[in-house]
Amino acid sequence: MSAATAGSFPAAFSWAFARDLRIAWRHPGETLLVISFFVLVASLFPLGVGAEPQLLARIGPGVIWVCALLAAFLSLPGMFATDHADGSLEQMALSPHPMPGWVAGKIAAHWMASGLPLTLLSPLLALQYGLSGDTLVVLAVALALGTPVLSLLGAACTALTLGARGAGMLLALLALPLFVPILIFGAGAAEAQASGLSPSPHLSLLGAVLIVAAMALPAAVCTAIRIALD
Amino acid sequence: MSSLEAHDLACSRGGASLFRDVSFGLTAGEWLALRGANGSGKTTLLRCVAGLTRPDAGEVLWDGRRAIDSGSEFRAAFVYAGHAPGIKDDLSAAQNLRDTLALRAARVAEDAMREALARVGLDKRRHVPARRLSAGQRRRIGLARLALDPAPLWLLDEPLTALDDEGQDIFSELLRRHLARGGLALIATHHDVSPAPSRELRLGR
Repeated sequence: MSAATAGSFPAAFSWAFARDLRIAWRHPGETLLVISFFVLVASLFPLGVGAEPQLLARIGPGVIWVCALLAAFLSLPGMFATDHADGSLEQMALSPHPMPGWVAGKIAAHWMASGLPLTLLSPLLALQYGLSGDTLVVLAVALALGTPVLSLLGAACTALTLGARGAGMLLALLALPLFVPILIFGAGAAEAQASGLSPSPHLSLLGAVLIVAAMALPAAVCTAIRIALD
Repeated sequence: MSSLEAHDLACSRGGASLFRDVSFGLTAGEWLALRGANGSGKTTLLRCVAGLTRPDAGEVLWDGRRAIDSGSEFRAAFVYAGHAPGIKDDLSAAQNLRDTLALRAARVAEDAMREALARVGLDKRRHVPARRLSAGQRRRIGLARLALDPAPLWLLDEPLTALDDEGQDIFSELLRRHLARGGLALIATHHDVSPAPSRELRLGR
């Protein structure tokens, strides 16, 4: 009687990535909620503050970033909680695969279903604010670098709140403050571009944060999941 | 020859001691029935053996090696089925089975999966999302999984819950075949399972 073959990081990553995307595809409600929240709120601002072009161009990047950040936050609670409730998380933890593999796969799938659509939509929404072409590009690049960090940070925070009562409230208190640096660098990049300065320092910082987060946070998520399962 | 041993396991939950000095040994072809009242720690003992819960004292040996040290090698050697079966509501029975086996890094042909689902009576409903299956039918996905996973050790928590007579018969047959192939099983159950357990372990009082 032979045991199953041992697992590996790439196999675990692709397993979790494909599975979570499949679930997101079959049950698109959550992704659609995130996207429509983003579109609606970002479209409400121009209606609320009036159609003064200068004001809109001034607040545009910041508003788009805050909306993206809140939309990304909306998508966080389901990341591990449903798998925890239906026993899938246990099965993953007990699989022969290394835990960081499938944790990273789940985070990547989460970004594909939340951060990526937000990034792709942002130039369209930013048009309402009368941002210039260059600024639109910088805004999208900043979101492309920043939203994966939101998924990584969010994963660590949701994993920490697994099994806690009032997890939603706790998650907001935990995650939103941690999102602040990303917001500052991200909105700063587009604002610098709009005011004629180089956005590259902001983008470099965002890139650096992304690298550090991608290296360090999956391990933190693993530890939090182990604690939640104990 | 596979063997599972536990030496002087002790575990507490929320400050209260559940059990202590629990020892048992199992070799190929044997199954141990875990008995005890509700709350006596059957699930916790299973989770200790699986490595989900850290015991306060004692150790688990798989083939003479400490299970903790074997890591993924040990995890590849067992199937754990707890109260929550790990079935995704949005995916079909067939997809759930495929995902579970792929997660276990077990290579199983598509035909074999279909056959296993047919055997547990889910042939016609294999493409229906699991949310539209009954509790017993969801359990049967788990049975199909047991039929296909080559792992030599089963750690099962109340596997007969929600199963009808036919489902219980299927389980008995699977267990018999598993033991005949040299498999081992540690099963927490209130039911009388056939084949009769090789030994019993009673927790609490």
